[in-house]
Amino acid sequence: MHPAFSVIFLTTLIGVGQGLFLALYTGQLYSVVNVLPVQDSHSFYGLGSLLALVFLVGGLIASVFHLGRPERAWRSAAQWRTSWLSREVIVLPAFMGLTALYGLVHYFDMNPVLFRFSGEFTVDLSLVIGGINTGLAFALFFCTGMIYACIKFLQEWATPLTVLNYVLLGSASGFSLATAFAAYVGSELVTFYGAWAIIITLAAFISRSASLFRNARIKYKSSLRSAIGIRHARIEQKSRGFMAGSFNTREYFHGASAQSFRSLKWIFLVMVFPVPVALISTGLGYGAFPVLALAFAVQYTGLLVERWFFFAQANHPQNLYYQTV
Amino acid sequence: MKQLALVIDLNVCVGCHACVTSCKEWNTSGPAGFMSDMNPYDADPTGTFFNRVQTFEIGVYPNTETVHFPKSCLHCEDPPCVPVCPTGASYKRKEDGIVLVDYDKCIGCKYCSWACPYGARELDENQKVMKKCTLCVDRIYDESLPESERKPACVLACPTSARLFGDVNEPDSVVSTAIRDNGGYQLMPEWGTNPANHYLPRRKTQITIHEDELIRVDNPLKKERQLPMPDADEQTLDDITSW
Ligand code: SF4
Ligand code: SF4
Repeated sequence: MHPAFSVIFLTTLIGVGQGLFLALYTGQLYSVVNVLPVQDSHSFYGLGSLLALVFLVGGLIASVFHLGRPERAWRSAAQWRTSWLSREVIVLPAFMGLTALYGLVHYFDMNPVLFRFSGEFTVDLSLVIGGINTGLAFALFFCTGMIYACIKFLQEWATPLTVLNYVLLGSASGFSLATAFAAYVGSELVTFYGAWAIIITLAAFISRSASLFRNARIKYKSSLRSAIGIRHARIEQKSRGFMAGSFNTREYFHGASAQSFRSLKWIFLVMVFPVPVALISTGLGYGAFPVLALAFAVQYTGLLVERWFFFAQANHPQNLYYQTV
Repeated sequence: MKQLALVIDLNVCVGCHACVTSCKEWNTSGPAGFMSDMNPYDADPTGTFFNRVQTFEIGVYPNTETVHFPKSCLHCEDPPCVPVCPTGASYKRKEDGIVLVDYDKCIGCKYCSWACPYGARELDENQKVMKKCTLCVDRIYDESLPESERKPACVLACPTSARLFGDVNEPDSVVSTAIRDNGGYQLMPEWGTNPANHYLPRRKTQITIHEDELIRVDNPLKKERQLPMPDADEQTLDDITSW
């Protein structure tokens, strides 16, 4: 497939936003059960949610560039019964809304205690909103992954690993950002987030490698034989029916040389996994914001390459019909 | 349930592209807006087409065969392109099984084109909406046309009658009979899309003759030879019959 920059930015940016929100909420959960110190509502949760929102809005803006007719985008919520894209279109604004609400409740201290457990644990409004929003964050990851995983003849995508990769890669980048953010506001949670960022990044490494491993061994179900229905070992296309380009020759071929295709794979494997892990480990030692920020920047840039590769690697069966001019 | 479709006979298609041009001509003048061409007279021209004719070579020289292969939307009975559409712009008509795009609802997200294994959909670069073969829905029901012309433009244009049009779910229709009698098949059956359009394979007419059938059994000399010419004054068969 031809990787569209709008979709590359959309999926990576909202992934960061979702991951950052999950990080914030994990911190809050730990503090409710008194494992971690309570953070400042204002500067930590309020600002953190705002940061997550910035990424989500960025993703939304990127998505607009993907549409031919963005002014009709509201229509795309209609087919949620059948279309994962439609479901994503519903869940994304809902998630953004609750993230904003979560941040506002914290920022303006409109956070009444709803009930208490055994005198020790308090459940306040933000915890409930955050709990619901956590569900939405995962639902959004699931929708995004399923948009690709549900097309069964795009065999590189049609695997549960696609969904898992979206969850893990998004969360990893979000936790990396949370680490840098915690260092920036001077919170004690730097080590906590850093440790999780490393763990999730390693988990993502395993699942992304698993999908690369799987895709390297794919047996394609379609062939030129089934495409034109003629049983012969040697079928060669002599003409695709036109000489100039068409939608079919633009949309489904990535157009990069085999060599740059291969090297981009190694580039993202290095930039998304070992480099950020090394940088975060180093940064944690010093509690240094610049190193942690660099870790996130490298990982995010790596994810842009990863997403490019994700699209480029998918081999659409229609390409069988467009082998020769 | 009615399912209109095309049946394309690869045995007689000569690859003349008449269906391609007549399709473009009819549909670009249609009420749904033109099928845009970008840079038509420049370098790198491109345009929207519903139908293409491709050419394949089968076999190894000298035993090769050239197959011309027209390709358009197959109006699948289980179209994977329809459920993925977020707006409902892509739909399959209940009454005749034609798969259509509502150009007023489409947001041009291209998701349906990813979900068609045949590459039958094209985004119109000018209108920015998804387009595909409509089976000439705007002419097959048009009562101002004589009945014989209420067929898709490509079918009418084909000089070798390689394209048949009809209801594939009606057992005695011309298309069903053609599929049944001539081994009609579907493309990429592995994806369960159940295309309504069928293709008829290349066919050769052969008979089997054994050697003893070439030798006259009543030949007393067991030899094939020319019979002697009749004498000049003898009657020949030509003299006594009147053919
Ligand atoms: S050929 Fe493609 S566009 Fe046409 S109905 Fe089938 S899946 Fe949809
Ligand atoms: S491009 Fe149009 S018809 Fe296709 S899925 Fe998107 S909205 Fe539906």
